[in-house]
Amino acid sequence: MSRLAHVLKARETGILLALVLVVVATTIKNPAFVFSGDGWRDLLLTPSILMLVAVGQAIVIVTRSVDLSVGSVVGLSAYLTGRVFIDLPGIPWPLVFLIGLVFGGLLGLVNGALVAFARVPALVITLGTLYVYRGINVMWTGSDRINSSDMPREFLALGTGSLLGIPWLTIIAVVVLVIAGWFLRTQRAGRELYAIGSDPAAAELYGLKVTRRVLAAFVVCGALAGLAGVLYAARYGTVSSQAGSGWELDAVGAAVIGGVAIFGGSGTVWGAAIGAYLLLTINRALPVIGVQDFWQRAVVGVLILGAIVLDRVLAVRQSRRLTEARES
Amino acid sequence: MSDPSEQQPAPAVLELSRIAKAFGAVVALTNGTLRLERGSIHALVGENGAGKSTLVKIVAGLYRRDAGEFLLDGESVDFASTAEAKDAGIAVIYQEPTLFPDLSVTENIFMGRQPRGALGMIDRRAMRQAALALFERLGVRIDPDRPTLGLSIADQQILEIAKAISLDAKVLVMDEPTAALSGVEVERLFAVARGLRDEGRAILFISHRFEEVFALCDTVTVMRDGAYIATSPIGETTVPEIVRQMVGRDVTTLFPKQEAAIGDVVLEVEGLTQPGVFSDVSFVARSGEIVALAGLVGAGRSEIARAVFGVDPYASGSVRVGGRPLPRRRPAAAMAAGVALVPEDRRQQGLVLESSVARNATLAIRRSLARLGLLTTAAENASARIWASRLEVKTASLDTEAGTLSGGNQQKVVLAKWLATGPRVLIVDEPTRGIDVGTKAEVHRLLSELAGQGLAIVMISSELPEVLGMADRVLVVHEGRITADIPREQATAESVMFAATHAAGEAA
Repeated sequence: MSRLAHVLKARETGILLALVLVVVATTIKNPAFVFSGDGWRDLLLTPSILMLVAVGQAIVIVTRSVDLSVGSVVGLSAYLTGRVFIDLPGIPWPLVFLIGLVFGGLLGLVNGALVAFARVPALVITLGTLYVYRGINVMWTGSDRINSSDMPREFLALGTGSLLGIPWLTIIAVVVLVIAGWFLRTQRAGRELYAIGSDPAAAELYGLKVTRRVLAAFVVCGALAGLAGVLYAARYGTVSSQAGSGWELDAVGAAVIGGVAIFGGSGTVWGAAIGAYLLLTINRALPVIGVQDFWQRAVVGVLILGAIVLDRVLAVRQSRRLTEARES
Repeated sequence: MSDPSEQQPAPAVLELSRIAKAFGAVVALTNGTLRLERGSIHALVGENGAGKSTLVKIVAGLYRRDAGEFLLDGESVDFASTAEAKDAGIAVIYQEPTLFPDLSVTENIFMGRQPRGALGMIDRRAMRQAALALFERLGVRIDPDRPTLGLSIADQQILEIAKAISLDAKVLVMDEPTAALSGVEVERLFAVARGLRDEGRAILFISHRFEEVFALCDTVTVMRDGAYIATSPIGETTVPEIVRQMVGRDVTTLFPKQEAAIGDVVLEVEGLTQPGVFSDVSFVARSGEIVALAGLVGAGRSEIARAVFGVDPYASGSVRVGGRPLPRRRPAAAMAAGVALVPEDRRQQGLVLESSVARNATLAIRRSLARLGLLTTAAENASARIWASRLEVKTASLDTEAGTLSGGNQQKVVLAKWLATGPRVLIVDEPTRGIDVGTKAEVHRLLSELAGQGLAIVMISSELPEVLGMADRVLVVHEGRITADIPREQATAESVMFAATHAAGEAA
């Protein structure tokens, strides 16, 4: 198969086309959706933070796990960012990125260790840590909140500023995406994640380091959620104890819409990233098109179900084609 | 036959002696002894449960031995993982290929060992070339870019062999590689195996098919009951000799079945066929008769039973009970017609482990016990009490959780559940697996009594003594076909084992 045919047949291409379709349709209805300073900026900026979380989520889902605690990790990390600026005035702002990454990574390590060693499905473990992390957040924050006045101006500028018309947050998210995509595609460890998700028992028999790899996937997922928390603080300026709540479902939804198989083994972070863009762009497009509030969540649901049905149909077709190829 | 210790001390590539392995109280292996030479294809044969798989798993690094010596190239080894065994040059091809269905054929071969270029990036082009070179060497054509999903079992096995070769394995273990292959595919596999042998690799070939053992191997080692029995050059042994070594125990004294008046035909199975699983299966069971379905694990016996009961589909053929045909895929209809199936895995399929003994024992008749749609504990207990006492279920009370009973008593509860429905045909799949000897005898006595009361019993069993002791007739299943119908008087360990390992029509 030629490279072009490969790109055209890729699952990600379909989802990208859907995104383009949504943007074009909405822009025809209201040109300001793209052709205005704010419109263009919001289009790129709004999904950037979720994209980071979705990329991490995709890495975990590829190994046939799931991390439901990412929304709580985003919240904790966002609040921590604010606290760091309040409690350590004068701290160089680039350092908070490192703090967020490491902090998120540690929370991910807790998830991964529980999953790897307690031998309980990740769904249950991370549902537990979702509440535990959020609980810690509520306890720590109380009715308090971080305000933009608590954080340095350069830091906040990063959250809304842009370079050559492209928001900084988008640039950061895309850089992370490119690195993650490159790693999963070209590195041995990356391919092993797919092998583990494709058949965990076979991976064990094969002698792959299943425990270590799954643990690493959770750490990376946590670290990206931690980074997303820092960016959340920079973007919105205010952080309450409910920051990032519900994001875990958006992240899983983005990955599934983007063609990451929920049973592991296939899909790419690129798909998950485009899925995140589609999810949040549709959310913004529906009011513009004139769809009632009431229906907006339903549309997201239809999108997820549609993606699952599409994947199922594609899988059945592929399996039939492969079987026929064998018999001819 | 010769003892390996008496052979010349030529450097064996792999040598196991007196390997022992137990899982809790269950002893799987007492004396695993094996000596593999370079450039040799060595057969390992034995009945189900003889310890072959355990031995293979120790070689593969999946299990660790409790005792004994394991030498590789003359050096003692103790693998903590499959990765270590692989690094030491041991490749194992399991019965079920261990592939990653979503990944490409090429990736499957080289997973974890991909050729790399700058920045540790996998060199896909080099990897693809290497895969093509391997396939050329093996004389097969498989698209290296396709996913392994949907590959035939034969191609999957070729892929496993390609993996082993790319590892440059010294020792290649094949655990029943031909079980799912057609004749042509077997020939291709054998050609590959001979090629590898001529390169000086050692191959351990586990198979139940004697014709293949004699066609391919140069040496054969027999195991029985977890212990080494004998090793012989293939030219110095015969099939009857090997069968004798495999069975080699007194099987006449156990489990006498009481004589029962054998009456009319109750169950008739005719021409039952499900492609790839079983074909043209025909048999009858009469009232008062115990018919055993004997054969090796994987021969298709449980599948036949499940199809008769209506759990699994079948493509053609018919099942009649008392002269009336049963519809396909309708277990409820089979139950209504008086068929009961006691499944092989009682913990998974036979019992609700968390529920009480009484509830389990009345599960199959709960609709008729219910009054106005409500099921009372009193009604359950009343019915359960009758059966518990008739079957002598040993339980603290009827409220006890079924999962806490011993294996034998669990089996009795499952039996009680089905007997409460008043069946005419009882199909029991491995009725005494995992049950201690004392309770085993009780289960046998029970089955014998039930036959005496006029039930037609179809018993699937992999234990020869049980088959020989209990059955009025032995039907031997080999690769999904009934290859022999042996009446009680003529059934011997040798005749059953021979039929279980040979296609129909072959002479001894």
